Amino acid sequence: MVEQHIVKQFDEELDEMRALIAQMGGLVEQQMANAISAIGRRDDALAKRCQEADVEIDRMEDKVEALTLRMLALRQPVALDLRAILAALRIAHDLERMGDYATNVAKRASALAQLHEVGPINGIVRMGRLTHAVIKDVLDAYTEPNVDKAVVAWNRDQEIDQMYTSLFRELLTYMMEDPRNITPCAHLLFVAKNIERIGDHATNIAETLYFQEKGTRLQGLRPKGDRTSYAVVEPPEADATS
Amino acid sequence: MSDASQIAVNGFMPAPAVAAAPAATAADTVARPAATPVKILARDVNVFYGEKHALKHVDLDVRRNEVTALIGPSGCGKSTFLRCMNRMNDVIDSCRVTGSITLDGTDVYDPSLDVVQLRARVGMVFQKPNPFPKSIYENVAYGPRIHGIARSKAELDEIVRRSLTRAGLLKEVHDRLDQPGTGLSGGQQQRLCIARAIAVNPEVILMDEPCSALDPIATARIEELIDELRENFTIVIVTHSMQQAARVSQRTAFFHLGDLVEVGDTEQIFTNPSDSRTQGYITGRFG
Repeated sequence: MVEQHIVKQFDEELDEMRALIAQMGGLVEQQMANAISAIGRRDDALAKRCQEADVEIDRMEDKVEALTLRMLALRQPVALDLRAILAALRIAHDLERMGDYATNVAKRASALAQLHEVGPINGIVRMGRLTHAVIKDVLDAYTEPNVDKAVVAWNRDQEIDQMYTSLFRELLTYMMEDPRNITPCAHLLFVAKNIERIGDHATNIAETLYFQEKGTRLQGLRPKGDRTSYAVVEPPEADATS
Repeated sequence: MSDASQIAVNGFMPAPAVAAAPAATAADTVARPAATPVKILARDVNVFYGEKHALKHVDLDVRRNEVTALIGPSGCGKSTFLRCMNRMNDVIDSCRVTGSITLDGTDVYDPSLDVVQLRARVGMVFQKPNPFPKSIYENVAYGPRIHGIARSKAELDEIVRRSLTRAGLLKEVHDRLDQPGTGLSGGQQQRLCIARAIAVNPEVILMDEPCSALDPIATARIEELIDELRENFTIVIVTHSMQQAARVSQRTAFFHLGDLVEVGDTEQIFTNPSDSRTQGYITGRFG
């Protein structure tokens, strides 16, 4: 652990900032878990509660922004302090986006609860749980802080992308099979897309944490398993090899 | 006197040939990754005040046309090192300097070197503005006159005018050049001292906390001036304000307890320092 600042109040502010991020992360995790449960259990009431909870996440982002702005203006942070503050600002933004996507999943859960049940719901729930686990790992990595853990979680995004690709294909077959499936499957497609985006933001957080701790960018190719942009057609050469 | 006897007499390490030869040796390449030419090359510099070992084995390259900032807590040796570069430490009896400092390949501590000439090449600006108790004109004209730089009154006038312009002071004082320099404001006095320093066409300007006695506006003017002067001069500045080091310098060297802990591009030092002591100091964790 690094030494304390001579000015104690600065340490207190940094602690407050980290606590805010942890708290905000907890809310997003909860939001995500509830949205997925609402899909799996076709629970409209839970979905509604979930949609309402998003306001709190937005409020937290405002708090993080105000605090980081104040520290930048009054403390003129450098080196690891500067990186920690910039990281908090970026992570808060990522979490806010994740909250939005989770809310969108909850909205579609409400819609899905009124439609007939289709097969791939279980697949979506599995993908949601995996993403939830990645979020949890990334946030734990931030609180500790533990760069190795963040890198492991960062790599797991590939699994989410692969699940998304196969779900995409599965949903297409359901829709081709019976046009009555199109409405629920279209919703599920968006749900899957939203979960996949949540995973991407989780990898952003892992990258930000890496930068905060190391001062350099996370090296290597960003894991990419999402092939849906080229589903049913052949991807261009260059992209296929990346 | 042969070179070898000079070294023996003086007790210095031989000046590295690398500074004289444009082709760098392997060791030199390691110490200087960038291609910017080195103006002052310090190798294994030690300074003793009597028994006290004030500066320990310092290796530092000062690059041409760059601002190098020396930072560190009080008593870390940064001012001592600055004063080594134009032999201001010579005036302190108990002070002993070993190692080598070369200016464009010339050994600064060569006993046959004319110290007055050296200080014309390596000028200095101090913490407190110290204009001579003479007119503004005389303050600037003094150096060129004693060094015989101007051949006529007209030429001297031109040097004074140009130096005051470069120091960003002419506009404010053009109608009162015969007034005493001590009558100016603190910031103006400091710019007068800078004009005086650049009047003799130095190659390097050493600045020892040049803004610590000035208000923020005067400080900003000096910082702006430092950035402009960089085009023609090489500047080394000692500062207690880390924000100032961050604002004006391209390279920053951090000293602690007589050691040169870390030197690197200013941006790197302030975003991602590699030594934990540097990190601790610049983030305000110890002092």
